[in-house]
Amino acid sequence: MKVLVPVKRVVDYNVKVRVKADQTDVDIANVKMSMNPFDEIAMEEAVRLKEQGKVTEVIAVSCGVDKCQETIRTAMALGADRGILVQTDAELQPLAVAKLLKALVQKEEAQVILLGKQAIDDDANQTGQMLAALLDRPQATFASKVELGADSATVTREVDGGLETVEVALPAIITTDLRLNEPRYVKLPDIMKAKKKQLDVVTPGDLGVDVTPRIKTLKVSEPPARQGGITVPDVDALVDKLKNEAKVI
Amino acid sequence: MTNLVIAEHDNSSLKPATLNTVAAAAKLGGDVHILVAGKGAQAVAEAAAKVAGVSKVLLADGDSLEHFLAENVAEQVLAVVADDYSHVLFPATANGKNVAPRVAAKLDVAQITDIIAVESADTFQRPIYAGNAIATVQVEGAKKVLTVRTTAFDAVAAEGGAAEIVTIDAVADSGLSKFVGRQVVASDRPELTAAEVIVSGGRGVGSQENFAVIEKLAEKLGAAVGASRAAVDAGYAPNDLQVGQTGKVVAPQLYIAVGISGAIQHLAGMKDSKVIVAINKDAEAPIFGVADYGLVADLFQAVPELTEKL
Repeated sequence: MKVLVPVKRVVDYNVKVRVKADQTDVDIANVKMSMNPFDEIAMEEAVRLKEQGKVTEVIAVSCGVDKCQETIRTAMALGADRGILVQTDAELQPLAVAKLLKALVQKEEAQVILLGKQAIDDDANQTGQMLAALLDRPQATFASKVELGADSATVTREVDGGLETVEVALPAIITTDLRLNEPRYVKLPDIMKAKKKQLDVVTPGDLGVDVTPRIKTLKVSEPPARQGGITVPDVDALVDKLKNEAKVI
Repeated sequence: MTNLVIAEHDNSSLKPATLNTVAAAAKLGGDVHILVAGKGAQAVAEAAAKVAGVSKVLLADGDSLEHFLAENVAEQVLAVVADDYSHVLFPATANGKNVAPRVAAKLDVAQITDIIAVESADTFQRPIYAGNAIATVQVEGAKKVLTVRTTAFDAVAAEGGAAEIVTIDAVADSGLSKFVGRQVVASDRPELTAAEVIVSGGRGVGSQENFAVIEKLAEKLGAAVGASRAAVDAGYAPNDLQVGQTGKVVAPQLYIAVGISGAIQHLAGMKDSKVIVAINKDAEAPIFGVADYGLVADLFQAVPELTEKL
């Protein structure tokens, strides 16, 4: 069984981004980039499924600029067998990515597609669901446990108020939540080995997909700043402030 | 122009998130209809019909919709949306986020996640980068599919409307997925996303047993209990209590952060609270940068004392 794992290159989660002065976007020139944390979890799960002998091949895919090759190499160091870059300098939105992935899933005949639940840059939380819709296949989003059978997967999902378990027929799309697993660290020998693995580069044109953005960003601004607060000396002062100044209790 | 709101419910009662979503729909102008998709959900439809500003309730009642499986609910929405709906709005809950992109992709339109403001019928504001920036976006396409950040819109009145209820056929089961079971975390406290007051604990609480300190204060205040990701990962609190970018986004009147440093992921989930109180022994903790009232103290002394003095 083949597993496809889409990975996204995003601004590292530790970086506090700044909005550009002309309000066209956030400033991501010269900031540290890394693999989206949810995608690392997806990658880890795919590798664990392979280690359990349930999966024969793990393919890492990334869509975007040439530098996304670094992200694919990281995925390979984590255990992906090979990689595919859909190379384009165009701005890619979730619907376009879902269409690119659909083409690849069909070409590779992947049975399981493991994605992160959302990317920490656009916070969209859409690509997995859109891919499932385009392929007309079931989806199991926000997974915190995955049990893979021969022709179905049983997935525990994190929902409001608790957990929910669903069984989806394969091929299926699964998106990962934070508690699915703890991704392993990349080891130096694996980084060296990853350099030798196969990485194919295709373009949206090769896949016959139109990636024209459907959403136009008119402005990116700073969120309203909170008023600076005060430090109170003790609990009595805090109770007094909450009762008499803020009047919230 | 007619807007369709997809109701959030549990087959017996209408969830408050629906009321915030109706408020966002009302801002678009035009009629607001509500779709109730479920099983045995007549009471939900009746509650939806009373919501202020709603002119029609569509009730799709059938076995296929009992557990809100995305494949079936999306088909149900699509079956309705072919009509003259210009906007389809879901609350940005786990259910809403599960289904909305599926609907959008089938319609071949982009979806806008977590809108926090409506500027016009095609222009919306939404947070990006964990709330560190606000994007104003314009979306093309005849139909707009949106999820609504419920804390950004004041709920409309649950009473006062008198909409007609129209029963429609439920879609057939897709056969692609099957509901197996649900584990609900028992809680008699207010729901986190709807609570007026929230007391949250972080890594500083130290253990699951120590979380009782947080719970006692919450009990005294009639508050919901929240947790930071660190506290959830360490097993001090169940994951559905997590407040943050990857958990729940809340905006209560009062948010008390105890033993929480204030990482950006956590702030993204609570910085729209009206009043923020931070109790932390580290005076340098970033949480003090957003707190209205900060108390630098050991939480094991300060919190019981606070509980007693309230």
